[in-house]
Amino acid sequence: MISRDEFNTIAWNGVWKQNTSIGQILGLCPLLAVTTNAVNGIMLSLATILVMAIANFAVASLRNFIPHEIRIPVFILIVAALVTVVDLLFNANLHELYLVLGIFIPLIVTNCIVLARVEAFAAKNPPLQSTFDGIFMGVGMLWTLGVLGAMREFIGNGTILGGIDMVFPSLQPIQLLPESYPGFLLALLPPGAFILLGCMIAWKNWMDAKAAERARLKPPAPVATAGCH
Amino acid sequence: MSAAKEFSAPGMAARTAAILFAFVVIFTGLLSGAYQWTKPAIEASAAEEKMKLVDEVLPRSEYDNALLQDTVTLPATLELGLSDPSTAYLARQAGAPVAAIFEAVAPDGYAGKVRLIMAIRANGQVAGVRVTQHKETPGLGDYVELKKDKNKARPWITQFNGMALTEVPDKEWKVKKDGGRLDYYAGATVTPRAVSKAVFKAAKWFEANREQLFNTPGAKP
Repeated sequence: MISRDEFNTIAWNGVWKQNTSIGQILGLCPLLAVTTNAVNGIMLSLATILVMAIANFAVASLRNFIPHEIRIPVFILIVAALVTVVDLLFNANLHELYLVLGIFIPLIVTNCIVLARVEAFAAKNPPLQSTFDGIFMGVGMLWTLGVLGAMREFIGNGTILGGIDMVFPSLQPIQLLPESYPGFLLALLPPGAFILLGCMIAWKNWMDAKAAERARLKPPAPVATAGCH
Repeated sequence: MSAAKEFSAPGMAARTAAILFAFVVIFTGLLSGAYQWTKPAIEASAAEEKMKLVDEVLPRSEYDNALLQDTVTLPATLELGLSDPSTAYLARQAGAPVAAIFEAVAPDGYAGKVRLIMAIRANGQVAGVRVTQHKETPGLGDYVELKKDKNKARPWITQFNGMALTEVPDKEWKVKKDGGRLDYYAGATVTPRAVSKAVFKAAKWFEANREQLFNTPGAKP
């Protein structure tokens, strides 16, 4: 099964240490496209959590049958097939949710995070651990894209939670800045996403540097050695 | 070590290929199974989606036929900006034509094509227009899309409702900047201009093709 330590390491890796967006800097294409508001970013992340958990579980279960030489084509096959099946099942059985998440699911096929985690983690670890890894990588993406989306729409439109009415029709976006706020288009266009993402990466590095400094001052604190992939 | 002894290079290649092939067969089977199983439900919800879009441009109370079955296939129509054949839906009340619902494309948006769906009543009056697809600048030209329009009380796209060629002179089917009667927002004129032009051309096309549209053989009353 899974030990508490193992679980904590997987969770910490996913949410902060190897955070997909600001640690590994992967999957930037969907990131730029959808984080024009927080709701879209969160929705894409939810769909990604689902797909990554399933893909990691499937690959980890089959890992002993996959020859090393052809692992990449097989992984791509598995991920693409599973994403399509998830897409179809959503469309057929959870149509309301599909209308909200549906447009994001095909985006995930092209998302290198899924393939990266399958290759770097699921191919070498048991199914349970791999499933958790998929989920927590997605959670890390969730908060990052949520924050990035919120910043972009706040700066760009002066609103927060724009598009929430697509998920919960009874809710309305909140206008934080006065109606007369002229908007700042740069934040809504891809360059704005790059600039803000750069700020978030710098913030993460600064936090990590501070933590490393503290660890250095404190006598022999065990430093985690898991490398970045 | 043992693997290297058991398999020669061609044998190894054949084995790898067989495994890859097995995976392809399994996952293709999974895909086609899922496709077959979900097909009826997906088709049903696609029809529902279409009806939702139709409801946006024409109230359901105005007609009583099964509109999605009462269709005419339009050839590629230049006046509508359509370079491919498309489908027009005909609304009837007790067999009499009420309106036609069809697609049109404004080819000259700020960032490419703006796709529209519109309903024009049998008397030539525009019942409703909606933008279904566009790539206009977010926050600038995208107010032609109902959902993105900040003016919720009187969204821009609803200005076309009720306009008819018989009542509105040709030169007024333009934005105010060009001497017409349609509003626009300063700084984003290209998009509304393109949409206005497309709607005007579609109204003209409908006027010229009305009889043919409602009496096409194959369209059952």
